[in-house]
Amino acid sequence: MASSGLLAFFQVQVPGAAEHRVTDIFKPLATPAAAERDVAWFTIAVTTLIFIVVAGLIVYTIVRFRRRPGDDLHQEPPQVYGSNQIELAWTVIPILIVFVLIGVTARVVWSVENASPPPSTLHLKVIGHQWWWEVQYPDYGITTANEIHVPFSADGKEATYLELSSADVAHSFWVPQLSGKTDLIPNRLNYMWIDPRQGGVYVGNCAEYCGTQHANMLLRVVAEDRSAFQAWAQGQQKALASSDVSAGRAAFESLSCINCHVIKGTKAIGKFGPDLSHLASRSTLAAGMITNTPENLKKWINDPQEVKPGCLMPSLKLGGPELDQLVSYLGSLK
Amino acid sequence: MAAIDQPLPARPATIREEFSWSAGLYKWVATVDHKLLGLMYIVSALVFLVIAGIMAAVMRLQLAFPNGHIVAPDTYNRLFTMHGTTMVFFLGMPMVAGFSNYLIPLMIGARDMAFPRLNAFGFWMFLFGGILLYFSYIGGSGLTGAGSAPDVGWFAYAPLTEKPFSPGASTDYWILGIFTAGIGTIASAINVIATAISMRCPGMTLARMPVFVWVMVIDAWLILIAVPPLTAAQIMLAYDRFLGADFFNTQAGGSAVLWQHFFWIFGHPEVYILIFPAFAILSEVIPVFSRKPLFGRPAMVAAVIGIGFISLGVWAHHMFAVGMTAWSNTFFAASSMLVGIPTGIKIFNWTATMFGGKLRMDTPMLYCCAFLLQFLVAGLTGIMLAVSPFDWQLHDSYFVVAHFHFTLIGGAVFGIMAGLYYWFPKVSGRMYNERLAKWSFWSFVIGFNLTFIPLHFAGMLGMPRRIYTYPVGRGWEGYNLAASIGVIFQILAVGMFAWNVIYSCVKGKKAGDDPWDGWTLEWSTSSPPPEYNFEKVPVVRSGRPLWDLKHPQDPDWKFGQ
Repeated sequence: MASSGLLAFFQVQVPGAAEHRVTDIFKPLATPAAAERDVAWFTIAVTTLIFIVVAGLIVYTIVRFRRRPGDDLHQEPPQVYGSNQIELAWTVIPILIVFVLIGVTARVVWSVENASPPPSTLHLKVIGHQWWWEVQYPDYGITTANEIHVPFSADGKEATYLELSSADVAHSFWVPQLSGKTDLIPNRLNYMWIDPRQGGVYVGNCAEYCGTQHANMLLRVVAEDRSAFQAWAQGQQKALASSDVSAGRAAFESLSCINCHVIKGTKAIGKFGPDLSHLASRSTLAAGMITNTPENLKKWINDPQEVKPGCLMPSLKLGGPELDQLVSYLGSLK
Repeated sequence: MAAIDQPLPARPATIREEFSWSAGLYKWVATVDHKLLGLMYIVSALVFLVIAGIMAAVMRLQLAFPNGHIVAPDTYNRLFTMHGTTMVFFLGMPMVAGFSNYLIPLMIGARDMAFPRLNAFGFWMFLFGGILLYFSYIGGSGLTGAGSAPDVGWFAYAPLTEKPFSPGASTDYWILGIFTAGIGTIASAINVIATAISMRCPGMTLARMPVFVWVMVIDAWLILIAVPPLTAAQIMLAYDRFLGADFFNTQAGGSAVLWQHFFWIFGHPEVYILIFPAFAILSEVIPVFSRKPLFGRPAMVAAVIGIGFISLGVWAHHMFAVGMTAWSNTFFAASSMLVGIPTGIKIFNWTATMFGGKLRMDTPMLYCCAFLLQFLVAGLTGIMLAVSPFDWQLHDSYFVVAHFHFTLIGGAVFGIMAGLYYWFPKVSGRMYNERLAKWSFWSFVIGFNLTFIPLHFAGMLGMPRRIYTYPVGRGWEGYNLAASIGVIFQILAVGMFAWNVIYSCVKGKKAGDDPWDGWTLEWSTSSPPPEYNFEKVPVVRSGRPLWDLKHPQDPDWKFGQ
């Protein structure tokens, strides 16, 4: 789906159907990325033309004037010291090219950075952590992690504004098919916006080196149509069955899990790790590194360092039954 | 005023000394001779090149296939940190100092640098800085056992470098190593400027000073302006880590962006500092191998000065993704593109120098030709990165990795290789093996392009930099495999080069004083030059004194050159 390019740009897709894994910056599916694609093609066209002319000149010079067998080695060529006219020409032409490029650049910078929001806008806060993404929906009272659900609109009348910040070191938000990157910097608020035109899962990465597991700080933007998004949001808003005190929940509350994680309606109010209130509704674990299956979840809880060496979650060295109870409890948090 | 118009008198035969290890060691350690120091700079730089090259090879091995796990994530992060730091500060910078030291006195007809002891001080500070950096592999754990070498990237962005995120001593070794080497670099830059100003031989006006010397003097000025901000920032970082100063400690209200400004105010001029030796070398090699004077010499010098000035105002193009205002993003896009204009003049004038000449395609010239084409690519991808909205996509992706390796290998290293082959007969007194050198050249060209052309495309498919591994299915596999295969050719090339140098130093055939029919003063003295360089202080009347000597009916000074 990602490969059908321009034609697919305005087509409405079945939500959640596609995962855009090949994140080609020349196949944008949102306005900022499309503006960046256009200026990119323009720049590439200009520079390719320059390359053909200049490289052609260099190669011609090398081939035409290389010394051949039988040349008189003592006969020096005419000694030419320079030419003001020629040098002026190859100074002025590049100046003109540069001015055109500056103009085009300025136009796109303003169109992306200073765009005015469309009528329907979703506001999110994205907070970078060593090595996962916290996502808050202030209008909905939702906190989730790593998978950002947003509505898409084929006509661009709906957009999502992101307020970016960081809890620890510098990170960078990059989902190539939606927009270029913007850094998440501690002690600073940055903003960017996206307006996916198609449904699907857009894959991205942290693009600023942020320590040991920078490579596995993956990002997913799940674009759904309005109704699917609303349904998802309502699901996330529910505090889950606080009366249901299973063995798994008891185990969870008795362990140090609660120091770092939140599960709404339980004792767990730690803010250091991802919110687990609806863990089972996510499709991946460990910031997009592995799919969210019971086996993977078990492996992850058993020894996170095995799965994602250097991550900040310790191995709790749990025994068999406790581990299974935890996995089934967390697996029930849809 | 007499030009060099008569053959020099016969030199006295050198007295053969008994060889002894201690005397040999003493000679190298205690020397203040600019030629020995220059050689020591270049040889240590080449040793660092091999070390950092091996690191690169391990990284490419890791990334050859998806989900590679040859080294652990922390180890990988240390590798790219040490690779980048070493290549910039312990390959690039000593090459600047090494070439300046060895050649400037010889080219301006002086007997040594202006401050020989400062020169030795500069070298030893550089070397100790390098050793300090590498000592981190042993001493970096500190008392906490928190890992060995630094793993914060060569750019060491705050607040990753602060104590909470980088415990142990590894980051401190990074600070101290670069700080120490930086002091050596500044000392060497002061020396270069003083030498070129005050030590030129009679008749050598600034207008007649070889372009090589001009470029290296401008480079020295750039070092004097650019390195102190880094040194200052490193002291501030050390205060943060040891005294709780909190300049960059965001948890205490410090600014992460402040470090980025400091670093790139150094870091962007730095890349021009690294490329200038190549500009300097090309401006000597291309004329001699084309048998024509440098086309538009004043414009060539002016272009370097222009690049130097503009390079001081482009630093924030490394920060387009930091969230600057639209005005800033446009300003720095514009200033960065302006660099293309003087750089274009240089490429055009070198080509014009070759145009109408008789090109001798020996190895130094081959490297110059490859430089022209590869640096052209680097310049054009640089224009793409300067277009700030395009950079929002390309920034910190493998496209950037490919771009700056095109400037720094395809440009700087290829230029330096041209210089190493060109002056090898002067330094060693012997000729290198031309056949082996050509094999090495072609292997390098193939390997380099095979490695770095594909990485542009990986970047455009969304592959970020500094990742120790990557998953299957994102379209990056083929490009990464090709890049890793290219490394094999590059290793072969460096191996052949090393063998050629070592073998030719011992067994190469005698080169004579002037194997290339050169025009600058270093070719008028013996190979290798004696300690005092020139028996008689030369007197020059033009920019090409040896041309005048060899063509008495048609000297340059008749044409006001």
